[in-house]
Amino acid sequence: MLATALPMPRTKRVLPGFGLTLGTTLLFVAIIILLPLAGLVLKAGGLGLQEFWSLVTSERALASYKVTLGSALGASVFNLFLGLLLAWILVRYRFPGRTMLDAVIDLPFALPTAVAGLALTGLFAGNGWYGKLLEPLGIQVAYTTLGITVAMAFTTLPFVVRSVQPVLEDLEPELEEAAQTLGATAWQTFRRVIFPPILPALLSGFVLSLARGLGEFGAVIFIAGNMPYETEVISLLIMIRLEEYDYASAAALASVMLAAAFALLISISLLQGYLNRHSRKS
Amino acid sequence: MRIATEQTATKPARQRLSPAALALIGVGVIGALLIIVMPLLVIFAQAFSAGWQVYVANLTHPDTLHAIGLTLLTAAIAVPVSTLFGVAAAWLVTRFDFPGKRLVSAFIDIPFSVSPVVAGVMYLMLYGSRGWLGSWLDAYGIQLMFNVAGVILVTIFITSPFVARELIPFMEAQGSEEEEAATSLGASGWQTFWRVTLPNIKWALIYGVILCNARAVGEFGAVSVVSGNIRGETNTLPLHVELLYQDYNATGAFAAASLLALIAVITLVLKTIAEWRQRHLLSSV
Repeated sequence: MLATALPMPRTKRVLPGFGLTLGTTLLFVAIIILLPLAGLVLKAGGLGLQEFWSLVTSERALASYKVTLGSALGASVFNLFLGLLLAWILVRYRFPGRTMLDAVIDLPFALPTAVAGLALTGLFAGNGWYGKLLEPLGIQVAYTTLGITVAMAFTTLPFVVRSVQPVLEDLEPELEEAAQTLGATAWQTFRRVIFPPILPALLSGFVLSLARGLGEFGAVIFIAGNMPYETEVISLLIMIRLEEYDYASAAALASVMLAAAFALLISISLLQGYLNRHSRKS
Repeated sequence: MRIATEQTATKPARQRLSPAALALIGVGVIGALLIIVMPLLVIFAQAFSAGWQVYVANLTHPDTLHAIGLTLLTAAIAVPVSTLFGVAAAWLVTRFDFPGKRLVSAFIDIPFSVSPVVAGVMYLMLYGSRGWLGSWLDAYGIQLMFNVAGVILVTIFITSPFVARELIPFMEAQGSEEEEAATSLGASGWQTFWRVTLPNIKWALIYGVILCNARAVGEFGAVSVVSGNIRGETNTLPLHVELLYQDYNATGAFAAASLLALIAVITLVLKTIAEWRQRHLLSSV
């Protein structure tokens, strides 16, 4: 027992295959990943600062940023609540159908986005199962920004659940019981005992969901209505520019999305590192 | 210590659920039903809304059959390529220490953070006839965009991290002692891989391949950029769903979508089995 706990002497490179796997991996990374990435960056970089700026700040582009960001934020906030609730009941309670629920959570990842978009449109359109109930109440979902939010919430829901679930599993229920024995209310227990350790996971689920929502295309275009300035997401604007053979615009907008995605993902890894260090200290 | 953790692990099973717990479970289950399960049901309900015969007629339409064939072909090429890459990358990252390892690890993950349409645009800017590599290939009569080759290429890009991402944490956790023992006893590299590594990583590998396949079959945005959407030629099944929908053939769109939904359900079932076997394997180590 003790021997395995001690740091093992570094015996790497004992195994064969270093050259083969390094060669395969680097060749693949270069051709499939880095070269196309460079292709986009060079194309966008070759535009010149002034042209680039005017393309990415055109009125239609600004409107599409607003639609996309607003919907993705709405969807991620929604996921924060439902995702935390689902993770909580999956970890803490045993009830009939729990295993089934756990498996079903991943459906949005397994279902092709176009299929999800079609299905949600079918549900929320005026003659759909949900639309029939909601539209008499004056709630129009299909072909509005609310519909875009619903589509993004669907495709990104598993992120928060799957980030929070393992952290909750590691959390000792004794701590909560102790807090309650000491007279804390349920809300106090949640805020002081449960919330701090799961915060990094919650945030990382939120940001992953946001990043994925910003780039969502397949699910969104079915339900969005796709009106310029109103229900047009960035991905769709890029597609429209490509269809117009306006490759400069498409490349400029795509590079903005690429930069946003990288910035978001770098920010979560930094934030997570900070929060982990911070929570360990206290 | 051991006994204590086991007790806490089994405790919730014996616990009686409080009214608050029941309320939380109720809200969660109803939420999941309304948001996740109903969309799945509506696909099949709509696909069969005009009867079984119309459903079969929709699926056996030549354009739909062609789309199914192209989707299968794409997956049949992209999944093995991504799997080979994933296994090589996982072996490299978990079995060796070398300068730049973290960088290589970060590169492997890039496709996860690139959104589908942007991935398509990347390939178009490079390999399109106006792209800087595409124009050079064009001179030799090689066209990679707006045809099947382009569809397969972007699918490889999109699916490339899936197997690697499943294998890396798993192989890291398992360690390399068994493989080192095998090599020190005189096994060759391939023997070690086939006889020791592969049986050990089997379930994690299957899990990664299942996820990779689901994505290869269902990819929409990236494929949509590079395919050119030529009906009966470069249309994959997800693209065909959109085309039928735009043609106001909703029942046809739902019928095509039902095939993809079925693949998704099978994926979930296989994934649950693989996950269960994998956990079983790790806990028995």
